[in-house]
Amino acid sequence: MILVVDLCYRDGSLSRDEFVGPVERLLRKTGAPFCTRHYTAVGAPEVEAADAVILCGTALRDTGFAEHPERFRWLLAFERPVLGISSGMRALAAAFGAAAEPCCEIGMTDVRVLAPDPLFAGREGFPAYELHECAVQVPDAFIPLAASDRCVQAIRHRSLPLYGLLFHPEARNEWIVERFLGLVKTVR
Amino acid sequence: MKLGVLFSGGKDSTFACWKAMQQEEVVCLITVISRNPESYMFHTPNIRLAALQAEAAGLPLVEVETAGEKEEELLDLKRALLAARERFGIEGVVTGAILSIYQAARVQQVCLELGLWCFNPLWSPDQEAYMEELIDAGFKVVIVGVFSSPFDASWLGREIDRRTLDELREIARKYRITLTGEGGEFETFVVDAPFFSRRIAIEEASKAYRNYNGVLRIERAGLVAK
Repeated sequence: MILVVDLCYRDGSLSRDEFVGPVERLLRKTGAPFCTRHYTAVGAPEVEAADAVILCGTALRDTGFAEHPERFRWLLAFERPVLGISSGMRALAAAFGAAAEPCCEIGMTDVRVLAPDPLFAGREGFPAYELHECAVQVPDAFIPLAASDRCVQAIRHRSLPLYGLLFHPEARNEWIVERFLGLVKTVR
Repeated sequence: MKLGVLFSGGKDSTFACWKAMQQEEVVCLITVISRNPESYMFHTPNIRLAALQAEAAGLPLVEVETAGEKEEELLDLKRALLAARERFGIEGVVTGAILSIYQAARVQQVCLELGLWCFNPLWSPDQEAYMEELIDAGFKVVIVGVFSSPFDASWLGREIDRRTLDELREIARKYRITLTGEGGEFETFVVDAPFFSRRIAIEEASKAYRNYNGVLRIERAGLVAK
């Protein structure tokens, strides 16, 4: 079961359909079982039951999740696959001690793959949809996987299948989410 | 949160408005009227009737005109959002963007510059479920523009009811177009919505159609009891 985490400003918010809905539709399409929880409602039972986690993005002005780093500490001990999307990448990086830094990108941007990884195998680069005011510094335990001209676009833990993507793969790059789901099956 | 809805009078912005009303406080509609028929951002047939739809919804309308020059119209959008912020204290903007990154990114950029939230509640939807929900919720939507094969003149003025949706589904499959018309295959006008206190009656309309391109221009319309 995939745990989809909604990082928006409140449970059932107006942003939910924009940032969580497309991820849920993609999971439905691929037949992957999932349950969705707001980040304030993720507890031990959800974490224990999850084979993998997808942390969804938020609206540009929606940074409330970043004021509650304690809500994401469970990620440090979660050794199964994680995909942090945009704000989700920020939450993942913050859990591993990395700060955010200003870098605003809105719209389509060219992303270059920097290091080999199953997520981007066979691709040297691709255009991606960006919607963020901040990028993240790469945590010590992670390596950069892809970058735009302005900032790091993808990171992966050095030894665990924990990924952060600054762009939104659920718009125009669904194949990346599908590959991530493939990793979940492999780990199982 | 007080929100203004970028409103064209078509199904997407009207449905987005309804979604926003269920979560936050919609305080005004915002319409940018483009004089350029080629505008990617704002052009739509019958945009002048947004005022009548706003009246039906009981919401004030902020209207701004634009010449529709590519980047100039973003300044006009900014002007419209500033006016909405000054007059109605909006803290955020709602759009009916479905798939167009071109449109969504530009609105996001302007909202960011003005410190406004931006909401796209229809973003990347299950198109089938969206069209079903539109009909189930009681929206009365009329096709007022067709811009691709195989739509002939008979489509102009048709209401999107279950029968029409079945036909659209068939066409979408056969001609590989979007069910929602997001690719610009057709344009719509909402004559009734769950939040309208009165519905719009089209009293006089004219069709202009040629080679799979046509519009239904609503010449005269009024509000009637539901």
